[in-house]
Amino acid sequence: MAEPIRAAGAPGEEPGALRKALSRAEARRQWRAFGLTLPLLVFLLLTLLVPIVALLQRAVENPEVANALPQTIRALDGWNGREAPTAAAYGALVKDLAHLPDSADAGQLARRLNTEVAGARSLVMGAYRALPFEGSDADIQARLLQADPRWGEAPFWQAIAKNGSRWTPDYLLASLDLKRDTQGAIERMPEEQRAFGTILLRTFHISLVVTICCLLLGYPLAWWLASLPERSANVLMILVLVPFWTSILVRVAAWIVLLQSEGLVNSGLMGLGLIHEPLPLLFNRTGVVIAMVHILLPFMILPLYSVMKNVPPTYLRAAVSLGSAPLAAFFRVYVPQTYPGIGAGALLVFILSIGYYVTPALLGGADDQMLSYYIARYTNVEVNWGMACALGAILLGATLILYGVYRRIGKAELSLG
Amino acid sequence: MKKSLIPCAAAALAACLALPSFAEQQLTIVNFGGANANAQKKAYYEPFEKTGVKVVPVEYNGEQAKIKAMVETKKVTWDVVEVESPDAVRGCDEGLFEKLDYSKLADKADLLPAAVTECGVGVFVWSTVMAYNGDKLKSAPSSWADFFDTKKIPGKRGMRKGARYNLEFALLADGVKPGDVYKVLATKEGADRAFKKLTELKPNIQWWEAGAQAPQFLVAGDVVLSTVYNGRIDAANREGRNLKIYWPGGIYDLDYWVIPKGAPNKELSQKFIAFGLQAANQAVYAQNIAYGPTNSKALAKLDKKVLDDLPTSAANAKEALQFNVSFWADQGEALEKRFAAWATQ
Repeated sequence: MAEPIRAAGAPGEEPGALRKALSRAEARRQWRAFGLTLPLLVFLLLTLLVPIVALLQRAVENPEVANALPQTIRALDGWNGREAPTAAAYGALVKDLAHLPDSADAGQLARRLNTEVAGARSLVMGAYRALPFEGSDADIQARLLQADPRWGEAPFWQAIAKNGSRWTPDYLLASLDLKRDTQGAIERMPEEQRAFGTILLRTFHISLVVTICCLLLGYPLAWWLASLPERSANVLMILVLVPFWTSILVRVAAWIVLLQSEGLVNSGLMGLGLIHEPLPLLFNRTGVVIAMVHILLPFMILPLYSVMKNVPPTYLRAAVSLGSAPLAAFFRVYVPQTYPGIGAGALLVFILSIGYYVTPALLGGADDQMLSYYIARYTNVEVNWGMACALGAILLGATLILYGVYRRIGKAELSLG
Repeated sequence: MKKSLIPCAAAALAACLALPSFAEQQLTIVNFGGANANAQKKAYYEPFEKTGVKVVPVEYNGEQAKIKAMVETKKVTWDVVEVESPDAVRGCDEGLFEKLDYSKLADKADLLPAAVTECGVGVFVWSTVMAYNGDKLKSAPSSWADFFDTKKIPGKRGMRKGARYNLEFALLADGVKPGDVYKVLATKEGADRAFKKLTELKPNIQWWEAGAQAPQFLVAGDVVLSTVYNGRIDAANREGRNLKIYWPGGIYDLDYWVIPKGAPNKELSQKFIAFGLQAANQAVYAQNIAYGPTNSKALAKLDKKVLDDLPTSAANAKEALQFNVSFWADQGEALEKRFAAWATQ
């Protein structure tokens, strides 16, 4: 670094040399800075961007039918989609099934078609197990129909025809309670299958309620902590942090003990004569919100506290001494100075609540489950990863949109930074 | 500090590298945890360890995705896995499990017919039944209609969160004969009928997620009646509770042992499964938890007191319903989605 500067400083050099040397030095400095951040960038790329891209890809990927049934898809080209297809399609299907390298491929195909039409699993596996078929296409058609009359029904063939391409919008559409009809037009799901729209709204509703409760409970506490001398504030801060370090499951179990109908809270209230029947505090929305607020409260208190620590108490005193009523002074002078803390805390709590899964699963009823519960369900139980990824993508998209709205309303001062 | 770290790390590395040589005589067996895992430990794992093999029990919650991920990435660390029946069928179809060679396992004639499948062998029979707290409920329920009748027996009902079992019970309560339940449920009208019946009870249902929650609800008095896995009732009664089971209309099913495809110790896993299927060991298992043996010869080794609590005993199985695996493998996803939609209404 020292060398080019000395060279540039030497007399008799042409005038551009200094600028060149400086820009070289600058470039080297930037590369070094970039080199230092490189590990983090690679880490983020590998742990954040790659999985998100893979998730988005899986949400639209649809290779099973296209891989397994190429001839059938060709045979169904031009089929009207209403009644059973021609014998050629049956023949092509049996040929395709016979060409599958492994029974596992038949299983994948059966699973994929079953997510479209319930019952396709046993239909496909039944035909696969009955292989080999001999004879003309018409013979094959007759034998398939004899083995299982459902082969004569159009929906199974529609599912095959519809999934002939390697990419599908179906998972994403299903996450929004929409589907494609046989002609490819988008329409709403039948009423008894419409679930995810409501569940997405419910997810945001619960998260919003939890965020507001956390703010209402956390703000006074953070204010009090910030006004205490350092030593006692630190001791009390430990009390805030201890539950933060306890396992979520332990805390959930503790809430069950406290809130159940013969639990501490109910028997306490009944002992005081405040209520005569135990309150339903558990396995409903109330229980979910109580436990989530408890678990997420530190995420609200910590940013609030760190911002409040830096608000000089003299401003409030100045406002009061200039004639403002104490309450008005608090809301007009003090609170606006803590907006960054409110913004950061609310954003943290809200984003964390959106992904909540264990707490609602154990403390909530059937209509208190958030979207993550269904993502987990499709991942683990149904093993329909396309659907799980599509729901994940919808949750991600909705969260980003909300964040964008938040940035616009709150401008820069409410942002995390 | 720095100096002492290096030998430490080297030792740790050496330990890691050395591990595979010990692993030859080690078997990772996956179960669902709880009282059932303890019974398996007593009846199967501990006696099998006397043959010089270390058994490493692992708990999971039935997530087939975990097995799928292992098989697809070819990093299978589980040797024998307990799975529920729909997963045994689906996993077998999709090539996640090894095909079983029964000549190395057991005499097929000794096993219950439902226990013998291509990739999974049945280990025990369990049942989802109606239960109540004998100390709290004076008038015992006498039908599934009573479960749905909150006038006759006031109070909340505990039910498993989800469609499975609940739809069957709803149809039973609506007057469908046990033999016709799946025939009715397979039609659109039948499914509508089941959900309609569930809707009647909806405000009085308290949903449980984990099997251990149901007996806890009953003990705590949160619910008066609950659907529950019969073994959980047995486990609670062993701790001095007085929970009672109403057996007719219970839905019995088997849990299976499977070997994930590409599992490291296939030979040894087969030996373990064969050991677990022996009548004597199955009898010890049934004595520790009230789940029925799949080896019918084990029944002769059990006394009446144990037999009375098993879902396989003649009296208990008389009006029971066999869980229809292929129905749920086909319709499960659609019905569970409909359940989610129903819950939002």
